[in-house]
Formats: sequence, structure tokens, C-alpha cells
Amino acid sequence: MNNASAIPHLEHFVSSEPFDPHSIEALTPEQEKVYMASQWRLMWWKLKRHRVAVVSGLILLLLYGSTLISEVIAPYELHTRNIDNVYAPPQRLHLFHNGNFVGPFVYGWDYQLNMETLKREYTQATDQIYPLRFFCSGDRYEFWGLFQAQFHLVCPADGGTLFLLGTDRLGRDMFSRITYGARISLTIGLVGIAISFMMGIVIGGVAGYYGGTIDFVVQRFIEVLRSFPELPLWMALSAILPVNWSPILIFFGITVILAILDWTGLARAVRSKFLALREEDYCVAAQLMGARPRRIIFRHLLPGFISHLIASATLSIPAMILGETALSFLGLGLRPPITSWGVLLNEAQNINVVALYPWIMLPVIPVIIVILAFNFFGDGLRDAADPYK
Amino acid sequence: MLRYVAQRLLMMIPTLLAISVIVFVIIQLPPGDYLESYIAELQSQGESVDLDKIAFLREQYGLDKPLYEQYFRWLLGMLHGDFGFSFEYDLPVNEVVGDRLYLTILVSTFTILFTWAIAFPIGIYSATHQYSWGDYGLTFIGFLGLATPNFLLALVMLYLANVWFGTSIGGLMDSDYIDQPWSWGKIVSILEHLWIPVVVIGTSGTAGMIRRLRANLLDELQKQYVITGRAKGLPETRLLLKYPLRMALNFFIADIGSILPSIISGAEIVAVVLSLPTTGPMLLGALQSQDMYLAGSFLMFLAFLTVFGVLLSDLALAMLDPRIRLQGATVR
Repeated sequence: MNNASAIPHLEHFVSSEPFDPHSIEALTPEQEKVYMASQWRLMWWKLKRHRVAVVSGLILLLLYGSTLISEVIAPYELHTRNIDNVYAPPQRLHLFHNGNFVGPFVYGWDYQLNMETLKREYTQATDQIYPLRFFCSGDRYEFWGLFQAQFHLVCPADGGTLFLLGTDRLGRDMFSRITYGARISLTIGLVGIAISFMMGIVIGGVAGYYGGTIDFVVQRFIEVLRSFPELPLWMALSAILPVNWSPILIFFGITVILAILDWTGLARAVRSKFLALREEDYCVAAQLMGARPRRIIFRHLLPGFISHLIASATLSIPAMILGETALSFLGLGLRPPITSWGVLLNEAQNINVVALYPWIMLPVIPVIIVILAFNFFGDGLRDAADPYK
Repeated sequence: MLRYVAQRLLMMIPTLLAISVIVFVIIQLPPGDYLESYIAELQSQGESVDLDKIAFLREQYGLDKPLYEQYFRWLLGMLHGDFGFSFEYDLPVNEVVGDRLYLTILVSTFTILFTWAIAFPIGIYSATHQYSWGDYGLTFIGFLGLATPNFLLALVMLYLANVWFGTSIGGLMDSDYIDQPWSWGKIVSILEHLWIPVVVIGTSGTAGMIRRLRANLLDELQKQYVITGRAKGLPETRLLLKYPLRMALNFFIADIGSILPSIISGAEIVAVVLSLPTTGPMLLGALQSQDMYLAGSFLMFLAFLTVFGVLLSDLALAMLDPRIRLQGATVR
């Protein structure tokens, strides 16, 4: 304080420049971009930073994209039997034959039945060279059951074979079957989660919004459902599905069964959010203005936390895919001719067959990849769902 | 507290009643009953069907009575400890389940011990060494374990054992000992076979537990009381074990409830793949052959254990955590 006198006295200074009292609140263009961005845009930015999640998302996108054109990707039709190549091992892709560049090709198989062990033995026939054909016409198929076509991305050489992942007990190409199986295995998770999502939001929303008796009844019902161990109940329910149902009906039956146990968790989350949110001012305001419950629930309350719901839903898709795989593996789920990864694995139940022809176990790999991808992607999504953190 | 317990016990009654109705409906839903498929099977084999015997059986098991009467008979029987009669095995359900139950409990108990023994040290290590290479590596392995479905792992293990050792590792004992009375050799044989189902069933549970323990412990380690303890000069190990770890165990106690039914049902699909003589394959078979009392009573038993387990873990939580006790809320 004593030093104050040492400072030379300054004249009172008034800047003549115009003063904008809001200048401190003004945003630079970059800031503006961030502050004005919608919630979804913020989530997208945050998700982009999560490398593993982005890669997993891309893998999932690729796989789901492939289900749109399974028929074109698969070199063979789903049910094409190659009687001469029953349980043929995978054919390796080669580029060079005796040091000469041939392009991608496979060697043929020489087949003989070992009369002592009755095992089918295949030896590589290096004199048979089957170069792959690309963008070619091969097995006839019905694209999405709509029209007939023959176009494939890859086909075996004329008179040759192309079994990248071997064949099964009827000589059907495993790679083609896995490609087709992805269509069922991947969509069953989506359809199931769609059903359970709708049920969870509607039932949980009603319980949370109205509270009281409705809430009590719903809560008890959920408690009862949750008291069942998951797998035994799934098994019991799928044992109910009549044998004479068409494959499509069975498909929907299984998805509904998978959804029946899944919606409860979602409903609980929605309910507890609603219980808290319906006391908020903006909700009361909407009520006072005469908005009907449906509008309040879907227009005012849900958008506040729908991103969380989607993230948690993503995390429960793998459980559904696994559920279907397990049920089909046991022979309780989908049945041939519908082909899913679980149905394919059903053939791998007999360990003696697997020991001789291990490639029929290969559908395990896509299952694990998809489940890992969904887990990582869901994790990233859940982090991103809260972009303000 | 006593009032809380009484309230919860009373609430169990309607829940269990509702469950029993659902179970009964589920096992009644498939068209026909066991006797009908039994007759069809006999006829397809060209054997004559003794209609008198069928009628006798039908009357004996009350299959000719209206549904609600069958339901009440079943319900009252269960209250007396009589779980009905298995058509397929031609034995009371109690006896069919009996031996399998002990083996299932054995496998499950070892699995749980295995899970805890592996998950606890790793989870604590991961949380205290966050973002180290060890943490990353263990987390990744944990993710893999979580994503690999148990029954597929069982399949792969079976295959590898077949290729490497040339033996089948399925089953729970050497085939010589099946249906033999208990002996020292049988016990040794079981112990030799036990580790495979234990590892296979325990993998995903271990991975899940590591993840949750790590997440919970990380939350606690950031809190101020930990810093206070450290500032006071508590040794690190003691500090860790005494406060944050105890707080991080709430989820673990909440889990104990869900362990109960899984001890009894014992990883159904893995058991099918590894052909274990446990209750899982039995339930599956019963569901497929419409052996309704066996399937129904077993489902009911599992559901009862779930309800009871939730009650137990709620009580344990309330006892251990005063916040829950005082607010009367439950944690799941």
C-alpha cells in the first residue's frame, strides 16, 4: 500500500473506440462450431476419437453391408452340393506355380477313401490349376428371392472348385454358407433388439410416467420375469415353437423369445429416468399447456436420454446373437434350410467329426469377431453418449 | 431391519406364485403330452400299446384332469417336497435330479472358486496399475474371454485335446466309473476331469469380474479419503485393502444372489458339449421330450433360487452398507 504513492499518477483514460459489452461472450468461429453443434454431432466427434470403436464400427458396417449382397459374394449357392467333394479341406490360394506367376488360383484335390479308417483323404493335385474368375457368372441364385441372377464376385474355374474354407458333409462350400449365414445371424440381433427396444420404452415409459399402480404392477411383472434363469427359459420357450411352422415364422418366434427377457433391463432404465424427469419444469410446463402423455413421453422426455438407450441397446445385441447361436447349436433354435452360424455349428456338435474335419468349426470365428466388434463399438458409443463430460 | 426382512419375505410369496403359473403354462404349451408321444414312439417301433397301462398312467399322474387341477396338484406336491414324477426316467424327479445335483454343485463350486482366485488379483493389479502394459494386456485378454461364448470355447478345447493328446476330455469321469458306487478311484478320476469344465465355464465369468472389479476400484481410488489415508502415512497395501477394496466389493455381494441358481443349473450348453453328467443336459432332454414334471419342477426350483438369492444379497448389502440400510433402497 505504501508503494502506491511511488506509481506515477496516470490520467484518467477513456478509449474512444466503440465498446461492445458483449465482446466477451462473442465466440471465435471454432468455438462457435463446438458450442452450436447438436448433441448428435458432439457424440460423433467424441466417437471418432475412440479408435477401437471406429474400427469395430467399420467392421460391423462391412459385415452388415455384405448381408445385402450375400448371393453375389458367395462363390456358390447356399444349397449347391458337390458330391465329389464331401468334407473337402480348405483350398489355399496361390499366386505362383513352379515359380511362374499365374495370378490367384487354387490346386485341385485328389480324393480317395481310406478303406481302413473310412476317412476321406484329399491330396493336393499340383497338376490341376484352377485360376479364380472375377466378376463372373456362376451358380444361379434368386437375389433376395426376387429375381434370378448368376453374377458373382468370384467363381471357381470352369470345371474346377473353389472351397476357401472347405466343404461340409454334403459337399457344400463352407465359405458360401458362412456368408449366407451372416444374413440371418446378424439380422436376428437387430430385429430382436428392435422388439425389445420398443417394448422397453413403451412399458418402462408408461410405468415411469404414470407411476402409482401401473408402476407397481409393471415392476412386479419385471421382477417375476427376471427371476427366470435366462438360458433355461429360452430353451423352454423355443421347445414350444411347433415343428410344423414355416422357417420364417420360426425366425420371428426365436427373435421374440430372445427379446422377451431383454426388454426388462431397458424398461427399468427408462422408468427410473422418467420418474426423475417428469418432475422437471419443462415437463410440467408441457402438461400445463395441455400436451398429451404420448407427446410428452416421445417429444419431451425421450430425446433427453435416447442416446444412452441406444448405446446400452448396442451392448445387448451380442447377447442376442449368442443366444440364437446357442439355441441353434443345441437344435432348439433355427432349423435348416434356414442357415445361420448357429445352424452351421450344429454340425460341429459331434466331436469325432470335428476331429477329422476341423474346418466345420470355422463359423466360430465370425461369431467371435462380431461379438468383440459389438462390445468395443458399444463401449465407445456409451462413452460418446455423454459428450459433455 | 426386521420389518424389512419380513416385508421382503412376504413379497416373495406372490412372486413365486406368479412364477409357478408361468412355468406351468410354459410346460403345458407344447401340443400333446408325454404319454401321447410315448404311444407314438411305441407304435413307430411296431410294438403293441397296452392301452390299459396308458390309461392307468394317465390317471396316476392326473393327466386326465383339467389343467387347473393338475396345476394345484403339482403346486401342493412341491410344497410337500414332492416334485412330481419323471416319465422318461420312470422315477420320482427327486431321484433323477439327485446324483446329478451333487456333481453340478461340485463343478459349479470349483468354477466359482477358480473365478475368484483369478479375478481378484488381476482386477486389483489392473486398477492399481492403470494404463500400464500389464493393464492393457490383461484387459484385452479379459475382453477376449468375455466375447468368446463358453460353448464354443468348449468345442475348441475338445478339438485341441483330441489333436494334441488324442483323447476325449468330455465327461466328468472315466467311463469305467460311470454308474459305479463312490470309491477313491472315482474321486481321483473326477478331479482329473474337473479342470476342463472349470476353466471353460469360468472364463467369461472371470473376465467379467475383472472388468467390474477394475472399474469399481478405479472409481474408489480417485476419492479423497484415499488421499487422506495416504497423507496420514498408511502403507499402500493396507490402505488399498482396508478402504477402497471394501467399498468396491458391493457389486460382488450383489452378485452372490445370481450365483445361487447358476450353481444348480451349471452352464447348460457347456455341459451338453462336454457331455457332463450335470443337470443342464437333463433339463434340455426333459424339455425336448415333454417330460413336463421334470422340466417344470426344475425350472421352478431355479426360479426359486434366483428369488431367494436376490433376497440374500439384498440383506447382505443392507447389513454391510449403512447407506442402503438407512434408505431402505436396494442395489442391483
